[in-house]
Amino acid sequence: MTESRTARICLRLGAAGTLAFIYFPLVVIAIYAFNENISQTWPIEAYTTKWFSVAWNNPDVRDALWLSVKAASGATVIALVLGTLAGLAVSRSRFFGREVISFLVILPIALPGIVTGLALQATILNVLDPLGISFSIWTIVIGHATFCIVVLYNNAVARMRRVSGNLDEASMDLGADGWQTFRFVTFPQLRSALLAGALLAFALSFDEVVVTIFTSGAQRTLPIWMFENFARPRELPVVNVVALFVIFASIIPVWIAQRIAGGTGLAAERAGQGAVAASIEAEP
Amino acid sequence: MTSIADVESPPRQGPGRRLSTFFVRHSRLRLAALLALPLGWLLVIYLGSLFLLLLASFWEVGGILGTDIVHSWNLDNYKTLVDEPVYRNVAFRTISMAVLVTVADAVLAFPIAYYMARVATPRTRNALVVAVLTPLWASYLVKAYSWRTILGEEGVLNWLLAPFGLSGPGYSSTGLWLAFTYLWLPFMILPIYAGLERIPGSLIEASADLGGKSVRTFWKVTLPLAFPAVVAGSIFTFSLTLGDYILPGLISDQQFIGTVIYNDRGSNLPVAAAFAMVPVLVMTAYLWGAKRLGAFENL
Amino acid sequence: MRRKRIAVWAALGLLVAALSVVAAGCGGGSDNGSASTEIEGLGSNLDEIKANAKNEGQVNLVIWAGYADKSWADTFTQQTGCKVNTKDGASSDDMVDLMATGAYDGVSASGDATLRLIAKGDVAPVNFDLIPNYADVYEGLKGKSYNTVDGVGYGVPHGRGPNLMVWSNDAISPDNDSWAPIWPGTDHKGKLSIYDNQIFIADAALYLKATQPDLNITDPYELDDDQFNAAIDLLKQQRPNIGEYWDGVTYAKQVTSFKSGEAVVGTTWPYQVNLMKAEKPPLNVTAKVPKEGTTGWSDTWMIASKAAHPNCMYLWMDYIISPDANAKVAEYFGEAPSNAKACEKTTNPNHCADYHADDESYWNNVYYWNTPQADCGDDRGDVCKTYEDWRSAWTEVRG
Repeated sequence: MTESRTARICLRLGAAGTLAFIYFPLVVIAIYAFNENISQTWPIEAYTTKWFSVAWNNPDVRDALWLSVKAASGATVIALVLGTLAGLAVSRSRFFGREVISFLVILPIALPGIVTGLALQATILNVLDPLGISFSIWTIVIGHATFCIVVLYNNAVARMRRVSGNLDEASMDLGADGWQTFRFVTFPQLRSALLAGALLAFALSFDEVVVTIFTSGAQRTLPIWMFENFARPRELPVVNVVALFVIFASIIPVWIAQRIAGGTGLAAERAGQGAVAASIEAEP
Repeated sequence: MTSIADVESPPRQGPGRRLSTFFVRHSRLRLAALLALPLGWLLVIYLGSLFLLLLASFWEVGGILGTDIVHSWNLDNYKTLVDEPVYRNVAFRTISMAVLVTVADAVLAFPIAYYMARVATPRTRNALVVAVLTPLWASYLVKAYSWRTILGEEGVLNWLLAPFGLSGPGYSSTGLWLAFTYLWLPFMILPIYAGLERIPGSLIEASADLGGKSVRTFWKVTLPLAFPAVVAGSIFTFSLTLGDYILPGLISDQQFIGTVIYNDRGSNLPVAAAFAMVPVLVMTAYLWGAKRLGAFENL
Repeated sequence: MRRKRIAVWAALGLLVAALSVVAAGCGGGSDNGSASTEIEGLGSNLDEIKANAKNEGQVNLVIWAGYADKSWADTFTQQTGCKVNTKDGASSDDMVDLMATGAYDGVSASGDATLRLIAKGDVAPVNFDLIPNYADVYEGLKGKSYNTVDGVGYGVPHGRGPNLMVWSNDAISPDNDSWAPIWPGTDHKGKLSIYDNQIFIADAALYLKATQPDLNITDPYELDDDQFNAAIDLLKQQRPNIGEYWDGVTYAKQVTSFKSGEAVVGTTWPYQVNLMKAEKPPLNVTAKVPKEGTTGWSDTWMIASKAAHPNCMYLWMDYIISPDANAKVAEYFGEAPSNAKACEKTTNPNHCADYHADDESYWNNVYYWNTPQADCGDDRGDVCKTYEDWRSAWTEVRG
């Protein structure tokens, strides 16, 4: 290490401070999940675990949770297919418009959610509705898939960059056709990156709120349920409980994604996936 | 051990094989086949929708209630954006906030990213990556509402600062800036971490060998090399702040670009659409600039 | 290489052109629904409706906060088999936007939403024969201009109430009877809590009606240029004093703000006043209608013209104006019921008297939220400001 001792101490302090800053509101959320009182005063007067059973027995929460799972699954599958196809195309050929593809793919997350949401809603109301397609879980899935593509695309491209094309060529020299090469040579190399990307895309879609507001009609995903119930004084502690549950439930996919992506050499790839993926998640 | 006879007989030319051979020979068609679905999706669904919005921005409203959309083409909406000071003010306010948040996030993210990339042991590093990633999956809404509670008059922040005789910023622009900085911080940490990790240790050592002290090495070697990563992270912090309307509604009483678009969209979609083109233009320019600075490699 | 580039751009251009043709052709044209009570799937008599409702199983409503609390919504579900799903509307604008998606079955619309909904064809006329409880609704609420067009009724009255002025007794005396503390010249700068929607312009106009009689404001929703500009000026002067805005979704923050002292005076609904009084300990506030008069609302339950669950919606409309349910919601929210028989069912026997349920002369001074139109409705002609004028002015005021 070439950093001086003072530098290292300062960095350690800075890192600790930033981590504390990051976790402080989460701790506050966790504490409020045990708040007896409905109004969110501070300091908390009485603690209770009753809200956990209230949340568990609330059918709206379960419905919203299930809808979120379904929508996220659909969006992930579509993003997986489209992102991989585009990633394969871009990494194995040089062609005019290669950069345009990268630009196009990143656009759905780079543009604010309200613009994407408004545009999609305008399309649904003016183009799809007259054709008989109205707001449903499918419109939600379409919206989510659109900005999840970039996660899979980036993962595919990053992985393909790392993997030499020689193996594909060797496979074809040995007599395998394109499909066999993909199945037995390319895909296994891609697999872990795609799986990690799929997990992250799932998590993103699961927590997205703004585009969902515009594409969901009366359907209620979990974030929309939270959004509605934050405003209702009597439901507030239940929302905190649900939020806590979501935080803990998502540690598992994050941890799995980390394990799958492999050893420390791929830390950058993981970090990159996380950055892009997570930015979509906070998509307002 | 395979015999020569096995190797020499060629596999039967099934339709799948013929198709794949065709694609190997005509690589451009293969390219087109691969790109057809994703490109089609993005062009038709995404760009098509944006295009609809663009078209709407050239229409106007009329009728007895003033809310019927009239498909007459004109530039009035854009004139309104330019003439009415409120749109300029809102745009300026939003863009300034986005810049301030980006700067704050960059300053806060760098130390921890540097620590993770270059100082921490591999085990600590893995733990820190998980530690930074996990809060990302805490719902944005929940974090936003928790800041509302934290910044309140009788909230946690004032309670913490009271013994020192200080009080928190409350529901002001400063409070909003603080909350925004908090929300997008991990999106800045991760790309900077990735970018710093990519810098070969040999470069830093070389700089030290040539007599550069820590600070000098940092300014002259590390920072310029990490800059594209900072720009990559800034794409997210900037664009997320640019379009948000939920957090400003919770923590301040100011209108931001997202607020105005959200409020106008029902009774005057053309103006909302026109105003929506502002963040589109800003982000397109930002992306173009970011690309020139090499940020796309750091995503 | 060059030719390839041109080819790609040409293809993109064609695609874009095709899309624009599609876009120009479709879209925008509002489906002006026929003045027919026919909705797809609706039964033709009460028995059919009840049977169909059991198959529908749910009803999706856009409501003002508190209009469909579990305590009476669950009873409805038990009786009819229709689960009640609700979405709180932040404002009438919000409600109109939500109904425009076609995803909801019904809405509790105020007068500044009803006419827009009717004009857009998003709501259908109501067949009152299929709503038995309609017979008991106060005559003074039937056939009103905000929910009846060309003699065709578009909904059932829910109830009505005034927007109130609320203040902390610590900051302002309980005897105060004027709106002055929320207007320029107030002693409470930065501590105002105001409703966040352009309909608040009417409150400014109403204040000017009392304080600047030479403006000749008679109806705060029919404002010509001079009157409107005066109201906007007043609002712009008020803007720096405002501490927070609230709406139909964020009303709870008003309660918190009054509790912590961040807000000491403002506009409110009786719903928040009830919440404030229910705090432990109850907030020391006064809420009343000042002498200058006030705006208010008279809400109408309307059914979506493309309702997916029309039978459940008809049953809901009948249920919510039935004596029991109407009494419950009137007390819960703090408004006057629409069904005369509800007055016997309220927990507080004086509820109807307190809320002037039967006193039409009281309501003459409560200016229900209405939809501003170009037609002033008097001898000035078509010079009044429209709904869209109000909205764009509000964006300006908000700053």
